[in-house]
Amino acid sequence: MTQALTDLGRLITARLGDKVADVTVAFGEVTVSCAPADIVAVLTVLRDDPDLRFCYFIDVSGADYPERDKRFDVVYHLADPYKVRRLRVKVRAGEGEDVPTVTAIYPGANWYEREVFDLYGVVFAGHPDLRRILTDYGFSGHPLRKDFPLTGHVEVRYDDELKRVVYEPVKLAQEFRQFDYLSPWEGGDYVLPGDEKAKS
Amino acid sequence: MTEASVRNFSMNLGPQHPAAHGVLRLVVELDGEVVTRADPHIGLLHRGTEKLIEYKTYAQAVPYFDRLDYVAPMNQEHAFCLATERLLGLEVPRRGQLIRVLYSEIGRLLSHLLNVTTQALDCGALTPPLWGFEEREKLMVFYERACGARLHANYVRPGGVHQDIAQKLIDDIGHFCDTHPRVLDDIEGLLTDNRIFKQRNVDIAKFSQEDALARGFSGVMLRSTGAAWDLRRAEPYECYNEMEFAVPVGKNGDNYDRYVIRMEEMRQAVKIMKQCVDKLSRADGAGPVSSANGKVVPPTRSEMKRSMEALIHHFKLYSEGYKVPAGEVYAAVEAPKGEFGVYLVADGTNKPYRCKIRAPGYAHLAALDFLCRGHMLADISAVIGSLDVVFGEIDR
Repeated sequence: MTQALTDLGRLITARLGDKVADVTVAFGEVTVSCAPADIVAVLTVLRDDPDLRFCYFIDVSGADYPERDKRFDVVYHLADPYKVRRLRVKVRAGEGEDVPTVTAIYPGANWYEREVFDLYGVVFAGHPDLRRILTDYGFSGHPLRKDFPLTGHVEVRYDDELKRVVYEPVKLAQEFRQFDYLSPWEGGDYVLPGDEKAKS
Repeated sequence: MTEASVRNFSMNLGPQHPAAHGVLRLVVELDGEVVTRADPHIGLLHRGTEKLIEYKTYAQAVPYFDRLDYVAPMNQEHAFCLATERLLGLEVPRRGQLIRVLYSEIGRLLSHLLNVTTQALDCGALTPPLWGFEEREKLMVFYERACGARLHANYVRPGGVHQDIAQKLIDDIGHFCDTHPRVLDDIEGLLTDNRIFKQRNVDIAKFSQEDALARGFSGVMLRSTGAAWDLRRAEPYECYNEMEFAVPVGKNGDNYDRYVIRMEEMRQAVKIMKQCVDKLSRADGAGPVSSANGKVVPPTRSEMKRSMEALIHHFKLYSEGYKVPAGEVYAAVEAPKGEFGVYLVADGTNKPYRCKIRAPGYAHLAALDFLCRGHMLADISAVIGSLDVVFGEIDR
C-alpha cells in the first residue's frame, strides 16, 4: 500500500518536474504542493496524463494558519476512478494573493471556490461568478478565518415596529466561555503564571 | 403581425416552497416556459458547523454531524469517526464494525425511502410518501432502541459505537428485513410503470459520465451514468468487503434511472442488513463494540463507579478530551446521497484545527443550472427531487 503511494508520488514528480514543490505520503494519502501560479498546469496534467487520470473532482477547501507568512492553504482533493486512488494538492496563498480558478478544468469547482472565497477571503482569479455563497446577503468578514470570533459580529431579530428584520451588534447575556482544558503537563505550549522565570 | 421583442422573465422559487426540499431560494430565468438560467441561493440554513467544530473537542464534534444530513444521521458520524480513527490509529472491534454497517444501511433505507417517495410527491403522487413514512417510522424506532434518539443519534463514536445493542433488537431488525421488501414491491407497483411518473422523469436531466466526474457527482448521481463507483466496493471500509451485495448502475443518466437505482439499492441494503443480523447473532459476532483503548474510549458507567483508573479516564475524557496526533486525513463514506467526506486537520491538541465537510448534495445542487437549462419550468421540481438534496448538509 505504502509502496504504491510512494510510486504514485514518484510518478507525479517525474511528470511535473519542478512544478511540484513537495510530495509527502502520510496516513495512506499522497499530498502534493505547488505554487498558486502553477495550479492550473498541475491539475491539467493530473487530469489528462494517461498514467494519472485524476479526472474525478472531489473537493476544494481552505485552511487558515495566521502565524504563517502565507496564511491560507487551498486544498484540492482529486480521485482517479480507474485505479481507485486519491490525491491531495495544496497551494499556499498569502492575504490578498490571487489563486487562479480551476473551473475550466473541473466545472464542479465553481461553488467550492465560491465557498473558500466566502469563508476565507481567498480570491480566485478568473472565476466566472465569484459571489458569496453560504453567508448572508451583505455579510462582511470571512467567518472561517481564525481571527473571526465564533459569536460573529451581528445578530438579527424581527422588529415588530419596523415590520422587518433588523441587524444589531451581538449582545450576549454571558460572554462566550472557552475553557482551556489542555493539560499543562502534556504538550501544552504556553507558560503557566508564575513559571515565566523557569521557562526562560 | 410584427414580431415583438420578448423579455425574459425572472422568477423566485422559494425559500419556502414545498418542492424545494428545504430552504432553497432559486432564481429562475425563463424564456416562456423554458428555463434559460437557474441560480440557486443557498446558505439559509448555514449554522457554521465547521467553525463550531474547531472550538469543540473531538467527542463534542460528533453530534454536529447528525445535524448535517438529518435524514441519515449515523452515516455522517461514521465519516468523522473514520477520519479521527485513522489519525489515532484505532482499530474497531468486529462487533462494532457490524453494528456500524447495520446502522449505515438503515440510514440508507431512511434516506432513500424519503427521497424516492418525495420525488414521487413532486410529480404529483401522494400515496408513496404515506407508505414510505410508515417504514421510516419503524426504522427510527430501531435508531431509538440503539441510542435513545430518533434522529440525532450521537451513536457512532471514535473507536466503535456508544453501546451494545440487545439481541431482541437484532431479531426485530431481522424480522423487519423479511417484511420490508413487500413494501418496496408495493411502492414500485405504484411508480415504476406509472405513465405520469415516467413522463415526468424519463430523459429529464441527462448527463454523461465525464460531466458527472468533472462536476464531482457521487453516489446515485454518478452511478446513473453507468459508472460502477461505490465506495463500499471501491475503497471498502469497516467490514463491507465480507458483505455480499450488488452495485446497481444506470444506463441513461436521467431522473428515472436514479429512481430505479435507489429502489434497487434499498433491496441491496436490506440484503446487507440481513447478513449483519446473521453475523451479529452468531458466536463470532459477539464481543466488545468499542476499542479497548482507555485513553480514547470512555469507560462504561459501571466500570467508572468501581475502578479508580476508569474514574480518572472518565474525568479526563469528558473535560480535556483526547489529543489527536498532528496530521491531516480525508476519510469518506458512501452515504446514501453520495460520497460524504471529512477533511480533518489535527494539530496535536484536543480540538480539530480544521474540519472540512464535503457533502455530496453540495456538488449536485451546484450543477442545477447545468441540469435544468433548456428544460421546462415544471421539470425543476422533478430534478430537485431526483438530486436528493437536504439542506442540512449543503448549508452546513
